[in-house]
Amino acid sequence: MAKIMGGYFTSHVPSIGGAIVRGDQETPYWKPFFDGFPPVREWLAETKPDVAVCFYNDHGLNFFLDKMPTFAVGAAREYRNEDEGWGLPVYKTFSGHPDLSWHVIEQLVDDEFDVTTCQSMLVDHALSLPFELAWPDADVWPVKLVPIAINTVQFPLPSAKRCLALGRSVHKALANWQGEEKIVVIGTGGLSHQLDGERAGFMNPEYDRFCMDNLADDPDALTRDSVRDIVRLAGSQGVEILNWIAARGALGDRAHEAHRNYHIPISNTAAATMLLETV
Amino acid sequence: MYGTRNLAGSGESSKASIPGTPLFDGKAAGRGYQLNAMCYSFNDASNRAAFLEDEDGYCDRFGLTPQQREAVAARNVLAMIEAGGNIYYLAKLAGIFGFNVQDVGAQQTGMTVEAFKQMLLDQAQPLQERK
Repeated sequence: MAKIMGGYFTSHVPSIGGAIVRGDQETPYWKPFFDGFPPVREWLAETKPDVAVCFYNDHGLNFFLDKMPTFAVGAAREYRNEDEGWGLPVYKTFSGHPDLSWHVIEQLVDDEFDVTTCQSMLVDHALSLPFELAWPDADVWPVKLVPIAINTVQFPLPSAKRCLALGRSVHKALANWQGEEKIVVIGTGGLSHQLDGERAGFMNPEYDRFCMDNLADDPDALTRDSVRDIVRLAGSQGVEILNWIAARGALGDRAHEAHRNYHIPISNTAAATMLLETV
Repeated sequence: MYGTRNLAGSGESSKASIPGTPLFDGKAAGRGYQLNAMCYSFNDASNRAAFLEDEDGYCDRFGLTPQQREAVAARNVLAMIEAGGNIYYLAKLAGIFGFNVQDVGAQQTGMTVEAFKQMLLDQAQPLQERK
């Protein structure tokens, strides 16, 4: 049977990509953020997962606003990154795991999640950067990918409660997958930040701490705020915490916090990295 | 300055607007469709070059509304948002002008870029005090 080893969670700000290209990891500005990753890398080197299930949001690479799915699951043989318009490098291509993707989709639809299925899907920095951070020296990604995109861009967004339930349905699928793979779950984005409006630059360490403190033991606590209240508390792009909430659901009932790093600011964002192990 | 702002507590689920915080909803998405479509095209380097070569002609191709044209010509981010622009898409346009998200933040808050960056750094203060 497949085994869900645990999950890691990280911010995915595009400028991380710039810092990697410039080799700025040890500079005073970036070091406190990159210092969050050695424990994640060590854990991955030890557990050697074969598959990554990654919850993220697309920023206008694969999905335009002409068709905007609330939940989209990739079922492709491979996933490419492409130019996102900012002059960042194009990230490495991922190998898919279509059989597992379809298994997850079957479970989700069984559980009455009406997801969009994607046999062709580009993945943006929100997905690629967490892999660059976790496996900085990889020539080829050591895991196959099942990407799950959540709409955190165009309102109405799915509720936090719905995202957690989606993750729990994915957990069911992973737990009863007949393959021998070891699985790592990834949640990307956040934490508090806001790019648009007169409140641009807003961050909220207090709310971020609430989220981090409850992620492992009581993820339902994160679902009591409406999406609108999450925007109020975390900033309009801080609502990407929905990806973390869904990813937490995919870990199953019990998880324990193995590592946490929190730093303000990188770019306009309160950045966090967490590692949770399944119990 | 931001640390002293009054944050609504969790559980308050009013439909009231959040000060200084545009929500990109269906109305905004409808209003901004052409502008966001143009910005989406900037994923392609040749389109970025075409825009720089002939900004008016490029805006014409996407049928930008007069309000959107004006906002783009003025490089005014708040006006672009008012015209339905979504910040993730506008970021692609801002990149063409060489603006990063601190430049965009400074413009929207009426600060200098230096002051905006300092405001971001200052928000780490309570964390350092706790250590």
